[in-house]
Amino acid sequence: MSFKDLHIISMKSFSRDMIDHVLNTAEMLEPIARDKAKSDILKGKVLGVMFFEPSTRTRMSFETAMMRLGGDVLSLGSVDASSIAKGETLADTIRVVDGYANAIVLRHNKEGAAQLASEFSSVPILNAGDGAGHHPTQTFLDLYTIRRESHLDGLKIALAGDLKYGRTVHSLCYALSLYGAEITLISPKELRLPAEIIEDLKSRNIKVTETESIEDAIEDIDVLYATRVQKERFPDPAEYRKVANSLLITPELLEKAKPELKVMHPLPRTNEIDPRVDNTKHACYFKQSFYGVPIRMALLALVMGALE
Amino acid sequence: MSSEDQQIREIRVHPIENGTVIDHINAGQALNVLKILKIPSSSSRVVSVLINAPSVHGRKDVVKIEGRELNVEEVDKIALIAPNATINIIRDFEVSEKDIVHIHSQIEGVVRCINPNCISNSNEPVTSKFAVSSNGRRTILRCSYCERIISDDIGEHLL
Repeated sequence: MSFKDLHIISMKSFSRDMIDHVLNTAEMLEPIARDKAKSDILKGKVLGVMFFEPSTRTRMSFETAMMRLGGDVLSLGSVDASSIAKGETLADTIRVVDGYANAIVLRHNKEGAAQLASEFSSVPILNAGDGAGHHPTQTFLDLYTIRRESHLDGLKIALAGDLKYGRTVHSLCYALSLYGAEITLISPKELRLPAEIIEDLKSRNIKVTETESIEDAIEDIDVLYATRVQKERFPDPAEYRKVANSLLITPELLEKAKPELKVMHPLPRTNEIDPRVDNTKHACYFKQSFYGVPIRMALLALVMGALE
Repeated sequence: MSSEDQQIREIRVHPIENGTVIDHINAGQALNVLKILKIPSSSSRVVSVLINAPSVHGRKDVVKIEGRELNVEEVDKIALIAPNATINIIRDFEVSEKDIVHIHSQIEGVVRCINPNCISNSNEPVTSKFAVSSNGRRTILRCSYCERIISDDIGEHLL
């Protein structure tokens, strides 16, 4: 299995064996991510960082991952200060930057941007989010978090919040189906997972249950994965408050959960998790954002050919 | 047969000397076939259109174009909206060639993606691309960039 020069566009191009290989590589690199070991396997390599949309975690963890492995980072910086502001196409910008870098990480506001970039780039493209489309490195780090903090085999997971528009949830559902997870979907009816994705999961013999309340599922699950519910999805503020309350994760709610239950969230959070949960053994979301570093180290080292 | 029936029959199946008869078009798609063939702006030849004609499988549309044979690109486009269509080339009042249409597994530059936020709808130097599949009688197009699906109203999105 060779990852060298592979574009990382969507989870759908990864088999379970390939995902396992990325997770194993991340585990091997984790001590370096924690600064407990040193490496310069990417010395002399340059990562082009092109973010057309805001980001904290994804951008900084890619940059840290590159630097921890001895590589350098070259950033596009602000879009307003680049030639894109003069109307340069993404295709041309990619063709320019691929001459400066050994791989390019791209976040863009349009769906399909990473696929387009991969058609014009001679170096690997890592999709860091394309509009409402894919965000595969988030899914890799979610799987890695589940494997490190819980277990992927025989997993019972509940996904709560905005399951309709949340791009992380769609990719995660697909990936979890490769591991035979049992999935409970918790959302108000306005934000349900699209029917075609539910059908797709069922056709893979995945047990899927839908409910509107976390309480219905909390006793039986290993992982509770919360996502942000955006106020602007609700025309009526009262309706938003009702939904937000029904999805709020509190220490009182977690008293009914298994002791080993982990609460995950891709962050940023708004009102989904009571801050009092942060100090419980269930809170896993800050560890989850750290795990973005070893996962991105693994992906960078693999696509740049520094590791097999 | 009454003279009125005879007259209707003649109008419907009036033979053409040279040209193309596109038969077994899905009922309701004839006007989209004309759009694909850029009729009437591309030609001043006589074109006959039958809509909702009875057929053994229910209803169908038929388009007859005098003095014109279709090119491969046009036939490929017609296949998307009328997967059961037959193309009959008429020469000297005889059917000289008869072909069914073929759906390709990939199409490029034929249909516009319905997602306004798809990168293929921006000013990038790319043509739209779709993977084509079939679910019984429905043709399903999946955008190769944003993965949005077009199925029931493909004719509305032809480039």
